[in-house]
Amino acid sequence: MSSVEEISNPVAENLEEDGVEEENTVEEAEMEYEEPVKGGYIFYRDRKEWADLEPVPQDDGPNPVVKIAYSEKCKYVFDMFRALLKNDEKSERAFALTAEAIELNAANYTVWHYRRVLLQALDKDLREEMKYITAIIEDQPKNYQVWHHRRMVVEWLNDPSEELQFVAEILSQDAKNYHAWQHRQWVMQEYKLWDGELEYVEELLEEDVRNNSAWNQRHFVISHTSGYSDSAILEREVQYTLKQIKKAPHNESAWNYLNGILQDGGLSSYPGLLEQVTELQDTCSSPYLTAFLVDLYEDITKIYKKNRHHSKPVIKLCKLLAEEKDTIRREYWNYVSRSLQNTYGSGDPVASSSDPPPPSSSQQPDTEPSDP
Amino acid sequence: SLSLLAESDDNNFILQGTQVKDVIIKPDAPNTLLLDKHADYIAAYGSKKDDYEYTLSEYLRMSGIYWGLTVMDLMGQLSRMNREEIIEFIKSCQHDCGGISASIGHDPHLLYTLSAVQILSLYDSINVIDVEKVVDYVKGLQQEDGSFAGDKWGEIDTRFSFCAVATLALLGKLDEINMDKAVEFVLSCMNFDGGFGCRPDSESHAGQIYCCTGFLSITGQLHKVNADLLGWWLCERQLPSGGLNGRPEKLPDVCYSWWVLASLKIIGRIHWIDKAKLRSFILACQDEETGGFADRPGDMVDPFHTLFGVAGLSLLGDEQIKPVNPVFCMPEDVLQRVGLQPDLLS
Repeated sequence: MSSVEEISNPVAENLEEDGVEEENTVEEAEMEYEEPVKGGYIFYRDRKEWADLEPVPQDDGPNPVVKIAYSEKCKYVFDMFRALLKNDEKSERAFALTAEAIELNAANYTVWHYRRVLLQALDKDLREEMKYITAIIEDQPKNYQVWHHRRMVVEWLNDPSEELQFVAEILSQDAKNYHAWQHRQWVMQEYKLWDGELEYVEELLEEDVRNNSAWNQRHFVISHTSGYSDSAILEREVQYTLKQIKKAPHNESAWNYLNGILQDGGLSSYPGLLEQVTELQDTCSSPYLTAFLVDLYEDITKIYKKNRHHSKPVIKLCKLLAEEKDTIRREYWNYVSRSLQNTYGSGDPVASSSDPPPPSSSQQPDTEPSDP
Repeated sequence: SLSLLAESDDNNFILQGTQVKDVIIKPDAPNTLLLDKHADYIAAYGSKKDDYEYTLSEYLRMSGIYWGLTVMDLMGQLSRMNREEIIEFIKSCQHDCGGISASIGHDPHLLYTLSAVQILSLYDSINVIDVEKVVDYVKGLQQEDGSFAGDKWGEIDTRFSFCAVATLALLGKLDEINMDKAVEFVLSCMNFDGGFGCRPDSESHAGQIYCCTGFLSITGQLHKVNADLLGWWLCERQLPSGGLNGRPEKLPDVCYSWWVLASLKIIGRIHWIDKAKLRSFILACQDEETGGFADRPGDMVDPFHTLFGVAGLSLLGDEQIKPVNPVFCMPEDVLQRVGLQPDLLS
């Protein structure tokens, strides 16, 4: 570390004197940056415009915890980076170096920080930066830093016009990229770009009806635009979801979505739902359908007069799941079964479990739903 | 009964007539716990020459050290690590603003501030750093809506809410932030399926769920969770192979043995997972030759997956491993010494 402090003055002097040379330096540096590693990589130690800068070796502490071995290029780039950082140098060569460092390791958040500092200090062309970050993300789309950097550039430009198209491109390569979806949601909310998104979600679900991210996005769009309280909207969504379920019954996301959108009103308040779902049992059977039926019956029995006569078929369904259809989750199904028995009774005392007793329901008079 | 009918492309298997994304565990996969090999793997990690990956992971070194030390402590092998060097290293990583960086010459960040505080708690050496300044740093990252940025550049994520409260809890300084707002923000990230994402409306993800349930545990707000709904979502992560994925239609990964399992433990529903099947998946992720765990059977090992494999086994009750705390992912005896007993639902 002390070696860097010694040379910091010589570095500052060189920069002040070499104003003209600096321009050439930038061009040369850029040319060299473009050369492929194998063909003609010129190490910084051999470039005269870098001669003033003493590389700072990596320092893991007074006694390095572990030995490190680098490939030579990686070592030099990051040693140079550390030197620039130590000197807090804000120059074109520093900016060029961040690109080299990023190419070697795009997850290094300190390099990205420094690049942003330089973008501002050097008043760089942010449109060029957009092109740059576009290329980087296309190459490495599953990295927090690159997406955060893009967001910063969009904010600085205050221009989201390319974003939805760009994210759609990334999603076409991996329709579940978590970072891509976060970015998309941020752009849409920040700049109020809701138009056409429902159509986009439907396209994605056409391609892969089990895309959980797309189902989540569907919920996102509708909650922030029309909302679900309009009964026509809710009807549309329920029918859409049931249609997708018929196409691919073993679909966790669709069932979670159906459950989710009906939570507020209560599953049992949606007219004809029990009949529609029960109808699906023969052709579209899955643990999720059964789980949904269980939830539906629970809600019905809670709202209407509680009666063990109605809990019996549900308990039977739970047993089927625990013992045959979804044995890996037998503990869950046994819990649901026990809860129903505890609340609505089957006449027999139930063996205790480590699960807490469910909340008791309030009694309501009137309509009794028909058995399946 | 499982009837595997056909293997289509890319880990999509046909199970009882429907496509399931999963892995197949080979009959010769490891099925016993190779603790000594894992301890040797971690003790030697980073000391090999030409370790390109070690170099490239400098930007997360503090977390890497936390993963290594924690798993060694869980295996009763902490003494093999170099306490003095690590403590000196951490001291060099605290910046003037109080925040701690992943390594020397890197910028401070909440992620690495938490890792550093966790390491110093393991070593009972919290006071080698300026604790007041750490608290200032964490406080300074809280936003108006209660959320936390990861660093001065402003990325918001519920991971950082967890990092903030976990750090302050370990330092005994939870009262220094706006708790109500912090809770309000995390709860605003609760989704229609009972899960949590990184920001409001973000897709539910097991990693984020761990951070949010951990957060709610530390802040005494677990009663706000819909435990049955979330528990169901979490136990749906278990695939026929026994492994756990992070969200629907994804492959299993041993690190989800931690994120999902710890979350279930926190909300009192860990028994909803088939423990035997999960255990055999985790064991199958070991590498018998090199030691360590990989994300899934047959892949390359790393310290990250090694910690979460071992920690997952601890949560499942393996008696060869020390009990691990599901909120902090640290040995229970360390938390007892610190005097922390975060709530768990029963």
